[in-house]
Amino acid sequence: MKELILIFISAVITNNLVLCYFLGICPFLGVSAKTDSAVGMGIAVVFVMTLANALCWLIYHLALVPLNITFLSYVLFILVIASLVQIVEMVVRKFSPPLYRALGIFLPLITVNCAILGAALLMVTLKYDFLESVVYGFSGGVGFLFIITVMASIREELEYMDMPKPFKGAAITLVITGLLSLIFMGFAGLISA
Amino acid sequence: MNQFKAGIWSDHPLLRQLLGMCSTLAVTTSLMNALFMSFGVFFVLVSSTIIVSLIKNIVPQEVRIAVYAVVIATFVTIIDIFFKANFPDASRALGPYVPLIIVNCIILGRCEAFASKNSPIASFVDALAMSIGYAWVLIILGSIRELLGSGAIAGLTIFGKGYDPLVVALLPAGAFIFLGFMVAAMNMIEDKK
Repeated sequence: MKELILIFISAVITNNLVLCYFLGICPFLGVSAKTDSAVGMGIAVVFVMTLANALCWLIYHLALVPLNITFLSYVLFILVIASLVQIVEMVVRKFSPPLYRALGIFLPLITVNCAILGAALLMVTLKYDFLESVVYGFSGGVGFLFIITVMASIREELEYMDMPKPFKGAAITLVITGLLSLIFMGFAGLISA
Repeated sequence: MNQFKAGIWSDHPLLRQLLGMCSTLAVTTSLMNALFMSFGVFFVLVSSTIIVSLIKNIVPQEVRIAVYAVVIATFVTIIDIFFKANFPDASRALGPYVPLIIVNCIILGRCEAFASKNSPIASFVDALAMSIGYAWVLIILGSIRELLGSGAIAGLTIFGKGYDPLVVALLPAGAFIFLGFMVAAMNMIEDKK
C-alpha cells in the first residue's frame, strides 16, 4: 500500500509526466487555452491512460515475454492504444451522451498523445507489477489533468496581460511551463529515492 | 522548391506548427543526443511517408490512422534496434524517446496531411525538408543547452575550468524556457517581413 501511495505522489507531483518527462506537450500546448477544455482533455487522459497501462501490462507480461517477442512491443502498444481509444469513444457515446459531448472531441486526439504510450513504456522500464502499473497509469493521468488545469487557469489570466507580441501564445506558454517545472522541482525532496 | 522552404522555415514543424515538441525538449541536453534523434526522425519520417504514399489507395479511410501508426511503429522498431546494436550509449541516453517517435505528431501529421494525398517523390521531398527543419532546431537547442549547462559542445570543453555551469539549462525547466524563446524569436522574424 505504501508503495502505491508513493507511486501516486511521485507521478502527480515530483515526476510529473509533463514537467519531468516532456510527455503530452502537444495537447498541453494545444488545449490549455480554456479551463473547460483543459479539464475535459485531462479527464479523458486519466481514463485512457489507466486502461491502456492495464492492457499493455497484460499483453507485455502474458504474451510478449513468454513468447520472447518483446521487440514487437511498440507496434502492439500503439495498436492497443489506438483501438482502446476507439472502443472508449463508442462505449461513452452509447452509454453516456453528456459525457461524450464533453469528452468527444478530445478522445481521437489521445491516440497521438505521447503521454499514453510514454506511460506504458515507462511502466515496462520501471518493472512495475500489475497493480502498480494500473496505479501508475491512473496517477500519471491525474498529474496531466492537474498540470493542464493549472496552466489553463494561468493562460486565462494572461489574456489580459500586456506582453510583447512575439511571445503571445505558444512562446509564453513554454516559458511559463519552464517556471512551473522549476517550482515543482522544489517538491523533489518530498520522496527520497 | 517552395515545398522545401516551407519545411525548413516558413511552415517549420516545431516553431510554426508546434508539432513534435516532446522529443525536442527531452533530447536536447547535448549536441550528440540531438544529432542521433534527428537521424532517427529523418529515417522514420522519410521511410514512413514513402510507404504511406504508396499504399494510400488501398487503405480504407476509416482505419487509416491505425495503419499509419503501424507503419511508423515498424520503422521506429527498426531504428531502435539499430541504435541499440550500434550505438548502445546513445540509445541509453535517448531512453524512451526513440520509441516515442511513433507518436511524434510531425510524422503522423505529414503522413496524414501530405503523403496520403501526394506521390512518393513529392512525399520524399516533403519529408526531407521537414527533417532538416526539425534537425536544425534540435542542433541549435542542443548546442546552446550543452554549452551553457556543462561548458562543452559534443563533449569537447569550450569554456575551460573556471566556468561555473548554468545547471538550469540542462534541467527540464531550461528546455522549456529556451524553446519558448526560440519560438518567440521565430515569430519576431516572421512579423518583421
